[in-house]
Amino acid sequence: MIRDLAGIAVFVLALAALTLALDSGVWLNFVMMTLYAALLAQAWNMLGGFGGQFSFGHALFFGTGAYAQAVAQLQGGWNPWAALVLAVALAAAVGLFVGALSFRYGLKGSYFALVTLAFAEVARILAVSVGFTGGGVGLMLPLREGVANLQFGSRKGFIVLIGGFVVAALLVTAWLRHSRFGARLQAVRDNEDAARAIGVDPWRTKLGAIGLSAAFMGAAGAFYVQVFQYIDPGIAYGAHVSVEALVGAIVGGMGTLWGPLLGAAVLHLLAETTRNLFGQLPGINMVIYGALLVLIVMFLPRGIAGLGVSVREAWKGRRDER
Amino acid sequence: MLEFGILFPSVLNGLTTGAVYALVALGLTLIYGVLHIINFAHGASLMLAMYGVYLLKTRLGIDPYLALPIVVAAMFALGYALQRVIINRASHGRDENILLVTLGLSIVMENLALIFFKSDTRSIETAYTLTTVAIGPANIALAKLVAFAGALAASALLIWIVARTHLGRAIRAVAREKQGARLMGIDVDHVYAMSFGIGLACLGAAACFLLPAYYVNPQVGGGFVLVAFTIVVLGGMGSFAGALLGGLLIGVVESLGGLFLGESLGQIGIFLIFIGVLLFRPQGLFGARA
Repeated sequence: MIRDLAGIAVFVLALAALTLALDSGVWLNFVMMTLYAALLAQAWNMLGGFGGQFSFGHALFFGTGAYAQAVAQLQGGWNPWAALVLAVALAAAVGLFVGALSFRYGLKGSYFALVTLAFAEVARILAVSVGFTGGGVGLMLPLREGVANLQFGSRKGFIVLIGGFVVAALLVTAWLRHSRFGARLQAVRDNEDAARAIGVDPWRTKLGAIGLSAAFMGAAGAFYVQVFQYIDPGIAYGAHVSVEALVGAIVGGMGTLWGPLLGAAVLHLLAETTRNLFGQLPGINMVIYGALLVLIVMFLPRGIAGLGVSVREAWKGRRDER
Repeated sequence: MLEFGILFPSVLNGLTTGAVYALVALGLTLIYGVLHIINFAHGASLMLAMYGVYLLKTRLGIDPYLALPIVVAAMFALGYALQRVIINRASHGRDENILLVTLGLSIVMENLALIFFKSDTRSIETAYTLTTVAIGPANIALAKLVAFAGALAASALLIWIVARTHLGRAIRAVAREKQGARLMGIDVDHVYAMSFGIGLACLGAAACFLLPAYYVNPQVGGGFVLVAFTIVVLGGMGSFAGALLGGLLIGVVESLGGLFLGESLGQIGIFLIFIGVLLFRPQGLFGARA
């Protein structure tokens, strides 16, 4: 635990130093978007990596947070900071609802993945169809710069905000690694029946994990709305966010503290590099994400963070083979 | 609203779409029944097949119905290769890994299509595009009737292959008891790849029947994949008769849902059925096995 906390402290200092040192908008933007992608991956990792429940529809929680943030301000006249609290709470509530339904009826593995995807699709169609979300046109947030309005003139302000979320997610992840709750969650992931036999309640444990995971997705959604001041059903509930969350966590290494951050950074570096090489080609990023997902699952099931373990095991496996 | 003259064409339209859904779902349920995996790239593969049909028509002038053997063979080869080269090696004995790999494949396919074909929605023109046939009070596009008959025929062929041929017996043996089948001298990896190939071949046929009356864009598979999953779950995982009935049922539900709730909201019915069946009756409406 101490090592994890020390690592997180170093990360905070490094991030602060980097942010202060950087001056170019391009690089600040890069840091901000990497942190944003890291938050998505970290959120997915809490449920997928530590809980073993693979969601294909995490956009549901992202979109809920995003729409809560936008609608509370536009229709309710809320202060954005208060809206942020609402966004996180609503996303967590939706997470608990979906979790309660699917875990209550024992959905796991592929079925859980499919049902989360279906829930996200239902939300997308609803967002297109009902009035207060602005339908397919989406919602536009007026420009009102100022800390009180959660809109910063410089990217540095947003980096502080998203950096705060990422650090909070790191702390929660470290807690999952060392707390009793985390131990129960990992026991459920590794063998649900065995966990139940020693007195773990799988239902409540998984419910806790999906609530946490969804809350952080909601924060990411609220952040998105504050930065880009725009949301529509495709962005909120489309496949892109779900895929980015999942691929970041898996490429980096599921069930690890630093994996999602690492995965998000690698993905973003790759995406930037290809953008420089091929120009703005729509879809090229997703091709890379998809190909990387296939390659990682094939050759590095532990992700980049587990590279050492994988290599060691492959070496041992070759020696022991038959 | 509840007039026969309105309801009847809607139901008929739903049945024609439903037959193609059933064909798509049959491929999915075959793969699930044998390999016990969910092929998430099913929709994206259908999209690829549809672009294949589109290219054959626009570049080489081959009619979609004549292109059937080419597309079916190509999709079979693709499926066989995908299973042997990628999916089989990635599983590491865990179903979730296959789900992830097929998700990755579908992302790659969809976005490659986006790069090569842009996001434009494309359709083809044939001599019979505007031909309709009057059945009672309904006017149904000829292409849809052909799709209905063709999809049913292809489904029947598939069921015959699995029920009556030597390969079908091997497929059923592997599905039932992998180790036992291996001990009886069945090449399990080959049967796996054959099943995957046949599963995708169904998509090739579906694409040929769909395109004269439908359109293709890079996202078109996404709609089909959830519909196909719904049908497969509804019909009971691995059940052919269930997939066939489920397909027709979903086609009608979608068509009537669109009639009463409007195009976009009508789709919700399908997803709600999907979620409801997964939660409350995961063995499917017609499935007996838990």
